[in-house]
Amino acid sequence: MEIFMKKQRHPFSAAAAALVWLCGLLTMAVMIFLAGFILIKGVRYLTPDLFSPTYNSDNVSLIPALVNTVTMTVFSLFLAVPLGVSAAVYLAEYAKKGNRIVKLIRLTTETLSGIPSIIYGLFGMLFFCTALRWRLSMLSGSLTIVIMILPLIIRTSEEALLAVPDSYREASFGLGAGKLRTIFRVVIPAAVPGILAGVVLATGRIVGETAALIYTAGTIAQIPESLMESGRTLAVHMYVLSMEGLHMNQAYATAVVLLVVVVALNGVSELLAGRLMKGRQ
Amino acid sequence: MKKFSEIFMHFVFLAAACISVLAVALICVFLFKSGLPAIFKIGVPEFLLGQKWKPSANLYGILPMILGSVYVTGGAILIGVPVALMTAVFMARFCPKPLYPVIRTTVNLMAGIPSVVYGFFGLVVIVPLMRELTGRDGSTMLTASLLLGIMILPTVTVTAEAALRSVPESYYEGALALGATHERSVFFTVLPAAKSGVMAGIVLGIGRAVGETMAVMMVAGNQTQMPKGLFYGLRTMTANIGIEMGYAADLHREALIATGVVLFAFILIINLSVSALKQKNG
Repeated sequence: MEIFMKKQRHPFSAAAAALVWLCGLLTMAVMIFLAGFILIKGVRYLTPDLFSPTYNSDNVSLIPALVNTVTMTVFSLFLAVPLGVSAAVYLAEYAKKGNRIVKLIRLTTETLSGIPSIIYGLFGMLFFCTALRWRLSMLSGSLTIVIMILPLIIRTSEEALLAVPDSYREASFGLGAGKLRTIFRVVIPAAVPGILAGVVLATGRIVGETAALIYTAGTIAQIPESLMESGRTLAVHMYVLSMEGLHMNQAYATAVVLLVVVVALNGVSELLAGRLMKGRQ
Repeated sequence: MKKFSEIFMHFVFLAAACISVLAVALICVFLFKSGLPAIFKIGVPEFLLGQKWKPSANLYGILPMILGSVYVTGGAILIGVPVALMTAVFMARFCPKPLYPVIRTTVNLMAGIPSVVYGFFGLVVIVPLMRELTGRDGSTMLTASLLLGIMILPTVTVTAEAALRSVPESYYEGALALGATHERSVFFTVLPAAKSGVMAGIVLGIGRAVGETMAVMMVAGNQTQMPKGLFYGLRTMTANIGIEMGYAADLHREALIATGVVLFAFILIINLSVSALKQKNG
């Protein structure tokens, strides 16, 4: 009997292993089901009509929303990346440990990354749309997004900068370069893949953002003539379609487009991060 | 003497870093300035404990929404956290090497899917399923909890896995050397040692669930009365803001911003717990 028990696995261990495997596989199954369901049901609705250049109530083209998404993303990154990378340079290269300002910066950056997007939307509406009188506009939306993705860019850039070996800096100083030259010519170039990985992740968040944009950038389904006018992005477009319930097929197709874009961005981000890891070894 | 450009750029970098301080300050000032007067106008107990939200009758009680947020989050934690924890254990200690990149990519993708896509999935898959199950409306508390449980899964998994991996290998080896099986070593030495990191992940998940707007709005039914049960619809604080902000005016609008203030207070408390837990871990 005892020999038999020893040969067999302990019941607790067997059960625990089974449970752990089950949950791991369940997680993958949920994701595969979700993506598969949307792709399989949605791909057939990707019709040429959906990509006609103008939107009207009969043909809910996603092209204006797509153009707006690109505009919004480019403009937001244009502001957020220099700001975020500069902040990261300060935190990684200049900040002394224990400095009170540094502590405050870290605390607030962490706070920002935990704030839900509806609060950003509320703030954007109160500050950009009402207090600064920019109304519902691409500009209000973009600036709201900038604040929202800033902590993500700061964190990933700082990690990338800290991952650059100190010997690079020392070698640069040894050759007589100043701190500024070292940062711009040596440290930042070496950290580019990591910084880019963060930027790509941020792009994914901008593309998928809805709650922060509805009351800052608005839901008008046209390409605005200037940044001071309202325009909906792809995620907002999809929300409006699925809530109206009149164009579910097009909502499926939009979901496919969103899903594919986000999957692609994630893949790129991981490739870049992988390159950074390789560079370090 | 240092060159002017060196000193100048030092301040430029410092100024950029201070943007986040400025942003938090602005968010606080504008939220509180626009929301607090409404709370006092309505009356603190009437606002926080009032059971009726009827803007047309000037009744602004957000207790149903506060409870709605708490219930839905609680449900999401009950559904999502056990699976997420086991998945983290699987990734850190059980996963065969060739499978690891697959599951890691899967979890990362799950974290990257926009909430409106999750909401859409809930709307076209989970809601009809619940409708058949209950025979009534499919937009229920359970629907929202299930969907949120899926949404917080990657957040909790990633944080918990990192915490599990940061436990020194010697703990695991020590347990093995004492004759414990692989499973027993993982569950009784590695997991307890990673406790505060795992807790930080769970609290992070709570934060995500409380703050989620679009997905919840699309599947929770959004009725303003007090939550009645698992198979009835309810409205969260986030949904309250998201739904009514578009057409609200005057006191109604201020009451919605005040809802945002209460939500913000919840989030701040959750954030502080996360940093406290992280410090304990570090």
